[in-house]
Amino acid sequence: MSRYNRRRATNVIVLTLSLAATGLGLLVLFLILGSLLANGVPALRIDLFTQATPAPGNQGGLANAIYGSVVMTAVATLIGTPIGILSGTYLAEYGRGTALAPAVRFINDILLSAPSIVIGLFIYQVMVVRMGHFSAWAGSIALAILVIPVVVRTSEDMLNLVPAGLREAAFALGTPQWKVVVMVTYRAAIQGMMTGVMLAVARIAGETAPLLFTALNNQFASTDMDAPMANLPVVIFQFAMSPYADWQRLAWGGALLITFTILVLNIFARMLASWSGATK
Amino acid sequence: MTIEVAPVQTPTRPSPVSAPTITPARTAERGVPQTKVVIKDLRFYYKNFEALKGINLELYDRRVTAFIGPSGCGKSTLLRILNRIYALYPGQRASGQVLVDGHDILSPGQDLNLLRARIGMVFQKPTPFPMSIYDNIAFGIRLYERLSAQDLDVRVEQALRRAALWDEVKDKLKQSGLSLSGGQQQRLCIARAIAVKPEILLLDEPCSALDPLSTQRVEELIAELKSDYCIVIVTHNMQQAARSSDYTAFMYLGAMVEFDETESIFTHPRERQTEDYITGRFG
Repeated sequence: MSRYNRRRATNVIVLTLSLAATGLGLLVLFLILGSLLANGVPALRIDLFTQATPAPGNQGGLANAIYGSVVMTAVATLIGTPIGILSGTYLAEYGRGTALAPAVRFINDILLSAPSIVIGLFIYQVMVVRMGHFSAWAGSIALAILVIPVVVRTSEDMLNLVPAGLREAAFALGTPQWKVVVMVTYRAAIQGMMTGVMLAVARIAGETAPLLFTALNNQFASTDMDAPMANLPVVIFQFAMSPYADWQRLAWGGALLITFTILVLNIFARMLASWSGATK
Repeated sequence: MTIEVAPVQTPTRPSPVSAPTITPARTAERGVPQTKVVIKDLRFYYKNFEALKGINLELYDRRVTAFIGPSGCGKSTLLRILNRIYALYPGQRASGQVLVDGHDILSPGQDLNLLRARIGMVFQKPTPFPMSIYDNIAFGIRLYERLSAQDLDVRVEQALRRAALWDEVKDKLKQSGLSLSGGQQQRLCIARAIAVKPEILLLDEPCSALDPLSTQRVEELIAELKSDYCIVIVTHNMQQAARSSDYTAFMYLGAMVEFDETESIFTHPRERQTEDYITGRFG
């Protein structure tokens, strides 16, 4: 066999394997989404959004869990985003050439890949044990700790994509550094940075492990941040494990809701990213 | 008189309006040139590499000085010392003296922001800020002056008019600066630089990314602006140096080979290297 034919054969084999692997991945994804839709759509009734989690056998919905997830995700994002953006700004704008920046970057990378249950246990030890009870605050802080490394990483990357020439041009006018950062580089990178925040929100929206040890769960509707609070992931976990058909039905509904939300967030983040790419 | 700028490439400029001849009237018309910048034994290092090897040079007010030389000869490096933009990068340092109006800008106590507000710079690639055309100009003005909205409008218009951009953008001041063409963006950057009323204008290959027509407009602009500023231009384009500068400095391998009036450099250079370079035999 000539070298050319051998190359062609190799090409066909590798291409087939790649397609098969892609097909397998997509098949699993569609099986998951399919069963989620098949089981979840029937559970999407108005009760799901208006009533609190029921006792087994009773009428109810997921209103308190949806509320808890939205509030804790929002609080976590509000706490984590400024810290993440400021740290990313330090790494990209101020820390160049310092010994501290590579260390911070390395630690952030570790935090980025740390199992979320470790974060949950950490907050359990630091907050829950000291306060003596589970609380929505503890849950929010645990989620915020997950937000930070994602936002640090994307902020730094996006700021690094801003051409050095743009920064130089701003400095060349006699602009103080903080103004260069706020008025010029942030403006150039803002869409990418917002994409990072969206991805962080998408990541924490479905997190269960850090909430198990912190916000726990609440059978009743509660808006008290200082008390345990229901949230979708933990409710899904609890209800799906239960033997009660109506709880399982609610779990499917919750699972569909959360998956759909994350899907929308990711699509939105991607649209933001490509939109920002177009204006560069 | 005509100048032999001989076997370099033929001019691509379409317009016969400003012919590429050097009119020797310039110095006489504008009086005796006054020294604005004195550079003494200037050395520059990237880490341990010595990029400038003891430069001595004078730059004159209300004159255009061109730095020419092959790539890597240090002409951009020299330009980037004059507003100390190199100081943004660790590992780059300069020694010697650069006296602007008698004051050494390399001294440790020099406030870099104030220095850069006095010495404007335009870069090779157009660098409009990601904001509206109006804000691109107003940005620099707002840094050091507190003006009423009307006064600011006037200053923005003045700068855009001087940069010969006003007529093209007056109806779309709120649009993004990035929406302009490359040539317009570069004139926007020049307008932005002169809006803050600097004393010295540094142009780092301002036309290398522009088409011939835009290049011509920028050169006309330089000719217009030199009545007010000390202008330094780095260029790879020999005709551009011949057309738009009063003085030319030829650099090679980090050293200043020859500095003289542009006319002399292009008609009877003293150094063999200079002659070889401007006639296209090397570089």
